Amino acid sequence: MNPANEKLFELLKQVGGYIYPNEIEVHWGILVVVYPYLTGLVAGAFILASLVKVFNIKEVQAVYRLSLLTALAFLLIAPLPLLLHLGHPERSFEIFLNPNFTSAMAMFGFVYAWYLMVVLLLEIWFTYRKDIIVWAQQEKPPMKWIHKVISLFSTDISDEASAFDRKVVKGITIIGIPSAVLLHGYVGFIFGSIKANPWWSSVLMPIVFLFSATVSGIALVIILYMVITPFRGEPIDMKCLDKMASFLFFAVIIDFSLELLDFIHRLYQSEESIKILSEMVMSKLYISLVIIQVILGMLIPLAIIVAIKLFRFDEELRKLLYFLSVILIQLGIFATRWNVVIGGQMFSKSFRGLTAYKMELTGIEGLLMTLILLIMPLVILAILIKIFPPWEKPKGSMLGEGTA
Amino acid sequence: MERRTFVQKLLALALPGGVFGLFLKKSTVQAAPYEAAKHYYGMGIQIDKCIGCGRCVEACKEENDVPREPFYFRTWVERYTIKKDGEVTVQNIDPRIESGLEAASERQVLRSFFVPKLCNQCDHPPCVQVCPVGATFKTTDGVVLVDEKRCIGCRYCIQACPYGARYLNPKTETADKCTFCYHRITKGLLPACVEVCPTQARIFGDVRSSASPLTRFKRMNKLHVLKPSLNTEPKVSYSNLDGEVR
Amino acid sequence: MKNFWKAVPESLRRLVLVFAVLAGGFVSIRFMLPPSLKDNALHVKTTVAREMVKTVKYAGSDVCADCHDQYQVKKNGYHRNLSCETCHGAAKGHTDDPIEVKPTLPKLREFCVRCHAFNPSRPTGFPQISSAAHNPMKPCVSCHNPHDPKPPQVPQECQACHAEIARTKAVSPHVALECKTCHSVPDEHKVTPRAVKASIPSVREFCAKCHGKDSPVKETPKVDLATHGEKYLCWQCHYPHMPEVK
Repeated sequence: MNPANEKLFELLKQVGGYIYPNEIEVHWGILVVVYPYLTGLVAGAFILASLVKVFNIKEVQAVYRLSLLTALAFLLIAPLPLLLHLGHPERSFEIFLNPNFTSAMAMFGFVYAWYLMVVLLLEIWFTYRKDIIVWAQQEKPPMKWIHKVISLFSTDISDEASAFDRKVVKGITIIGIPSAVLLHGYVGFIFGSIKANPWWSSVLMPIVFLFSATVSGIALVIILYMVITPFRGEPIDMKCLDKMASFLFFAVIIDFSLELLDFIHRLYQSEESIKILSEMVMSKLYISLVIIQVILGMLIPLAIIVAIKLFRFDEELRKLLYFLSVILIQLGIFATRWNVVIGGQMFSKSFRGLTAYKMELTGIEGLLMTLILLIMPLVILAILIKIFPPWEKPKGSMLGEGTA
Repeated sequence: MERRTFVQKLLALALPGGVFGLFLKKSTVQAAPYEAAKHYYGMGIQIDKCIGCGRCVEACKEENDVPREPFYFRTWVERYTIKKDGEVTVQNIDPRIESGLEAASERQVLRSFFVPKLCNQCDHPPCVQVCPVGATFKTTDGVVLVDEKRCIGCRYCIQACPYGARYLNPKTETADKCTFCYHRITKGLLPACVEVCPTQARIFGDVRSSASPLTRFKRMNKLHVLKPSLNTEPKVSYSNLDGEVR
Repeated sequence: MKNFWKAVPESLRRLVLVFAVLAGGFVSIRFMLPPSLKDNALHVKTTVAREMVKTVKYAGSDVCADCHDQYQVKKNGYHRNLSCETCHGAAKGHTDDPIEVKPTLPKLREFCVRCHAFNPSRPTGFPQISSAAHNPMKPCVSCHNPHDPKPPQVPQECQACHAEIARTKAVSPHVALECKTCHSVPDEHKVTPRAVKASIPSVREFCAKCHGKDSPVKETPKVDLATHGEKYLCWQCHYPHMPEVK
């Protein structure tokens, strides 16, 4: 007997009630949890950057470039877990060649390509173009050549050209916000449009995904900012941090309200599936949903931020509390993705039983792979920061950009 | 004399003609290509006739090379036991294990019956809607098929099927499901499950034909389909389907 | 045109070139692909064709009668609607090469018991036995011809066929009553049970013989027919084989 079957026979013993016989295998495992988590970070980081740009929020200018690079680093890795979970990754090009236009998933290729090529890369390129040209002039090979190629051998650093760059960036940001909404709203739609699955099938799903994405993206940028800045030997700008925490606070409030609305709506309508869903929440998802997602990931961070707003803590304590709450929020959002993806497969579509999911340690669908996938974007981000330093300004940099 | 020659001539004409005609008939019968547009398939299931022997499940696995492990089924049979206090127990019957006697001693059983399940070959198949690469599609004759050479194994169709009728074939790593034994029905044979069912609990046929066992089944019974609220419009219909069946 | 191109900012010109190269690359790659990778109609056609040529393993019962005359025996018996392959297994190999490949011949009791063991979920009227009690050591074929199955001799006891009723009655207050007390059973019923049926009581007064207010029978629950049960017949509320009133 092969090990995969052995695992399924093992799971067979943990099934409670009746499930359709084909439902024993949990088809979307941890990799599909990682995918919406990563895309959420992309959309969230980008939305933060866009807020800064569109509403010209002075305090947060310091993290504008960092947010953009974060979005890019995570976007580059985001499709990887999807690709790895496929039965035939080598056929994935079919999604581009023969997209089925009624399939939400087929739109992946287009949304992703649009977001990467038209929004993110362009915005970064126009933001950095002048700096890169100047860097290339001052540097030695090989960095010189890398920057030359990335600048597409552009040479124009006149004021008109810079003014044009700023105009374009503004324009892209305005297209970018709906694009980011589309990118993550669409991920929510992949789940929300499955009428066969009452845990997923909800018109709120794309919106809940979007706001939880914003929450996780802002929290991630705060973490990165708080970790990277001391390494650079710079002081943490508390105004910037407080402002980002405010954004985070409002995003969490909206996210929490939406999820509460979804919860109350389900409970009040109390449809055919309510019995098995409440059974699932109280058993299989109790720790990941009630404890981690709601209490640790939402209520405690909210309480911390409210406390910071109410009482005048000194800077060091504030930093500590902020850091604690963003870490908790990050954990909570990962649990949110877990509860959606895994939770949606823990109950039988016969509404008569619950199945089990056991994550492997090694292997493609394993814990190690998951950790690698979660660390890879950070490695890419480190490389991106090397190539596009978000802080160093060459002489004569654009005046429009606020400085930290 | 005239008469004799006439008969002889007639024979001389008729014999080779007859032989030729026979040959012609045989060859046309064999060579007639299958015309999908002339068919639209469906199945009827008579709950009251199913004895839960599971021969259909075995025949299906044999005919279609479905993996034998109990996690991969193109068709399966559920056993419902409804007790007086309303408690419903459902099992996926394993015909190799003689079961049921334990329930016989149970005084509390209100009613009990078997329900064969398979792909409903929906007219509005949600699996086809969600396939990102169009690897699964509805044929002209109404059967939902999967192209195992194109399927990328994303399993979105498995998630979208309300009936749990799809599985990921571990050999091909692609989605797999009941095809109504497409290779059989296009040759005029019955699907394997229908062929071996000892009690005619399953009736296969053309939903558009005016006189066929399936049409008779549809005329003589009050019918129901599974999960009609999802608007998938199944082409597998059940007679005497109990409300507890999902 | 050239002036227009010059008027475009330098940065944009470079980007337009890059995007033009990318788009051109995508279009030309698509153009160079073989039709099998991009023509959807062709893909559907090849999948259907691939599905149609899959190996048939169950030959279908029509062909068996060409060589085997058991069909003549079977067509009048209770197993007349069974396909040969229900018991003998997939036999396309045998019809292709009748000498070398032989279909299976089930000999074990377990094979018959899978359909005929008593199971409360099975439809009433389907012949069922308790395997442990029904000549447990003998193979079924020693008494029953599978091509024309019927009881080897006329059954002496009603419970040979009506096992479920017998079991129920055995633990009910009616345990002491013989079947004949309420049913008159013509001898023909034992030979052709469907054609000649046993009688069932038709009037309330029948039950009143024991349960009426004025009945001479002692120790039975008594009711006044004039006030009890209104318009209903007794067995519309009480199951006579298991009357719930003690």
